[in-house]
Amino acid sequence: MGNKQTTFTDEQLEAYQDCTFFTRKEILRLHGRYRELAPHLVPLDYTNNPDIKVPLTLIITMPELKENPFRDRIVETFSEDGQGNLSFNDFVDMFSALCETSPRELKTIYAFKIYDFNRDNFICKEDMEKTLNKLTKGELTPEEVTLVCDKAIEEADLDGDNKLSFADFENMISKAPDFLSNFHIRI
Amino acid sequence: KKKRGNGRRKGASKEAGEGEEEMQVRPEKRERGKRRRAKNDQEAKGRERDEEEQTKIKSAKTTKTRKKEKSRKTEEEEGEGESEERNTKRKKKHGSAKKEEKEEDGGKQVRPESLSPEELEKLKEAVDERKKLIQGLRGKPWPMKKKLVTLRESQEFVEKYEGALGKGKGRKLYAYKVMMTKKWMKFQRDFENFKTACIPWEMKIKEIESHFGSSVASYFIFLRWMYGINMILFGLTFGLVMVPEALMGRPYGSIPRKTVPRAEEASAMDFAVLWDWGGYAQYSVLFYGYYNSQRAIGWLKFRMPLSYFLVGVGTVAYSYMVVIRTMARNANESGVGDDNSFNFSWKMFTSWDYLIGNPETADNKFASITTSFKEAILEEQESRKDDNIHLTRFLRVLANFLVLCCLAGSGYLIYFVVRRSQKFALDGLENHTWWERNEVNMVMSLLGMFCPMLFDVISTLENYHPRVALQWQLGRIFALFLGNLYTFIIALMDEINLKREEEKIIKFNITMWEASLYNSTVSENSTAPPVTIHPADVPRGPCWETMVGQEFVRLIISDTMTTYITLLIGDFLRAVLVRFLNYCWCWDLEAGFPSYSEFDVSGNVLGLIFNQGMIWMGAFYAPCLPALNVLRLHVSMYLQCWAVMCCNVPQERVFKASGSNNFYMAMLLVILFLSTLPAIYTIVTIPPSFDCGPFSGKKRMFDVIHETLESDFPAWFSKVFSYASNPGLVLPFILLMVLAIYYFTLAWIHSQKPLCFLFVCPKRGKQEEEQTSSTEGTNGSRGGQKSSLTGCRATKQQCFITGGRE
Repeated sequence: MGNKQTTFTDEQLEAYQDCTFFTRKEILRLHGRYRELAPHLVPLDYTNNPDIKVPLTLIITMPELKENPFRDRIVETFSEDGQGNLSFNDFVDMFSALCETSPRELKTIYAFKIYDFNRDNFICKEDMEKTLNKLTKGELTPEEVTLVCDKAIEEADLDGDNKLSFADFENMISKAPDFLSNFHIRI
Repeated sequence: KKKRGNGRRKGASKEAGEGEEEMQVRPEKRERGKRRRAKNDQEAKGRERDEEEQTKIKSAKTTKTRKKEKSRKTEEEEGEGESEERNTKRKKKHGSAKKEEKEEDGGKQVRPESLSPEELEKLKEAVDERKKLIQGLRGKPWPMKKKLVTLRESQEFVEKYEGALGKGKGRKLYAYKVMMTKKWMKFQRDFENFKTACIPWEMKIKEIESHFGSSVASYFIFLRWMYGINMILFGLTFGLVMVPEALMGRPYGSIPRKTVPRAEEASAMDFAVLWDWGGYAQYSVLFYGYYNSQRAIGWLKFRMPLSYFLVGVGTVAYSYMVVIRTMARNANESGVGDDNSFNFSWKMFTSWDYLIGNPETADNKFASITTSFKEAILEEQESRKDDNIHLTRFLRVLANFLVLCCLAGSGYLIYFVVRRSQKFALDGLENHTWWERNEVNMVMSLLGMFCPMLFDVISTLENYHPRVALQWQLGRIFALFLGNLYTFIIALMDEINLKREEEKIIKFNITMWEASLYNSTVSENSTAPPVTIHPADVPRGPCWETMVGQEFVRLIISDTMTTYITLLIGDFLRAVLVRFLNYCWCWDLEAGFPSYSEFDVSGNVLGLIFNQGMIWMGAFYAPCLPALNVLRLHVSMYLQCWAVMCCNVPQERVFKASGSNNFYMAMLLVILFLSTLPAIYTIVTIPPSFDCGPFSGKKRMFDVIHETLESDFPAWFSKVFSYASNPGLVLPFILLMVLAIYYFTLAWIHSQKPLCFLFVCPKRGKQEEEQTSSTEGTNGSRGGQKSSLTGCRATKQQCFITGGRE
């Protein structure tokens, strides 16, 4: 408030505040974090909206994402090209959707996209197997993996097509007690 | 260039001033502004854009306005003179100037007079819808670029047409209102930013989150929230009670109640006495007894007794408001916590804690998730063995019986100890050892420390699922603390009654003493001036309120000390021993017993809640309590953050007591209610001491309200109030409130029903399928499945569309 900064124009900051759950200070701090990922690539001055994208390999070195088994999927979901290269807009969007004040509905939508590995708008058995293997680091035997995936589909699939559509997923997640507190990244 | 459009949102005055220059800067605008004839192309383009945006407005309107534009163009040629007038007017008008300029320069020339009321309505609806879109843009799952573009377009639309909505003469006022709304929104946003910047310890909590996950961090977030509440309470008591008395009241030593009695003067500065909150600490603004009952003090005529009373009531009211508001906010975010129907799905999709940023914690988490899956698979595979249900039931009954014995035992112990301390007090405190003097507090703190461990051991008999066991444990600890607290209060009540008996005797003695003084002066010479007695020599009445305040302060201090010492010994010393003795010990201390301790979230949260309960109970009698608590919480935050990072390991299995934060909030609410009960009881039934405090001399403490109404308010006010407090009026009012509550509860229940039905229905369809498939062949079930499920699904989707989700 009142600090002279030349990274963004006031209009840009206001627009970001309208489109995300962040305050002005947080947006500037986010830009700092974005820049420190690739200082030679990201300019300090964003007033003319340069079209710079930071590659996936650099984004997942962030301490907030480093230990997350789904870090690749998260970054790919929020990237425009689907390959995980984030522009600053996408970067801000990602942390805004995962922040504390983000509503349940928004988080559900993005969670579905993240767990949908093959991006066919359904969470099918292969997606689940991949999720499970990432979660347990391959410690479960293949029979156990199959069992768990079958059980999960049996529990959540309502329309009987052996895969989870968004409605199925949402119905299941809306009753989950831990979803909101676990699906949260603090930046 | 498109994004520069945002610049239009700047203050209207600026634009009005630089009207001409702006047109030069923005080539788009220039074309539109100056040359009306060349505007046609621009208008067409703008119109196209606007028409896309106005898909919600019925097409009839757009065609109508298009026609109007065409007629407008001819009018413009003639209306050039008008526009010149308007140009000059522009400089004068403030907010509307921008809109007028837009109207002239923008694509559409929508004059409000030319629009029929329905069109105006539709336009208004469209503008409102746009505004709502802007408000809700954050929650839309669109990529950022799309959001930014939509934002800009919607803002332009709103700006363009908002001005058009103000009708004719009222336009100035409307534009002014719009501008004020904008300024208000900007102010709100700046305030939100400021508030967010003020939140302390954000980085500390983030570090803890990344190392320990969200459940441990939730304790620290709760602590921070409590700290905020206590700051407000501190502000109230300090600013409105302690400071006025200190600055504007009679100074120390001027009247008997504000002076240390002669007998105690010698020891008043001793550390031991001060630590015990006697001596100079007792006769200061920290406690009730110091306050004078003068109705108005200082040049401000500050009503001290009234302020004291209202602050007491205000702290409770504020606390209720905050707790209930937080509960309401959390209410819609929790799911049905104990439903087991999605066991595997939840484990798969919600078990990973995205806050974890530490490799060790992540490894731990992977291991615990794997274990949890294996357990669930095992449970799924083996059939539910009956496993000797009778033995289990017997063990559980036995466990509960043992727990009840424990609770009863601890309650009796406290009662016994309090009576003993009363006897010691009568003998004189100097004759006893330190332990005997502080027996009550130590016993209560020790009980609070050891009994939960005992409950933990007993609960191994019960063989419950860990989450259920945790809930039982919390319930028992809650009962323990509650029982202890209330036993303590009952014992305190006995002391209060004792003091009141004493009061009567002392009153009698004082009158005798005064009479003797009077006689002695009269016996000399009647012309002799009345003897001035030093305030320290005046015989003093007993002050039960200060005693109560002191007891609570002592209790809280000892509780805090116990917590810190337990922390240092139980966590830190243990960690040091495990770390360094491990080199020369037979078995692996780190992996086996005792290993490093885990952070006990629920125990700590309960401790915090009960401490707050004690603050609420005692704050009326010891205004220093909120200040003490703020200090305590501040120190706790740093100490516990350090201890957790230094001595604790991440939990192996995380079981939260309940799905939502509301479990602890509900407990807080119950404690708030239960702690304000004794205070209210004492205020309403026991007459205040005659010799100390701001209510001395009154029959009941709340008489101060009556007094204020009589003396400070005009006569008719007290008459109205006395009518309003007539039972004949109050009872119907209460009845009305009860009916309103009943109505709202019923309405809420009914509104929940359709959603419940819709969510159950798909499941029921599935179950029906399972049932039919087990009895009939697959063909029959297939047919049945399709109809019931698709039917249900349709209604569910309808529910989503028609706003069941809103």
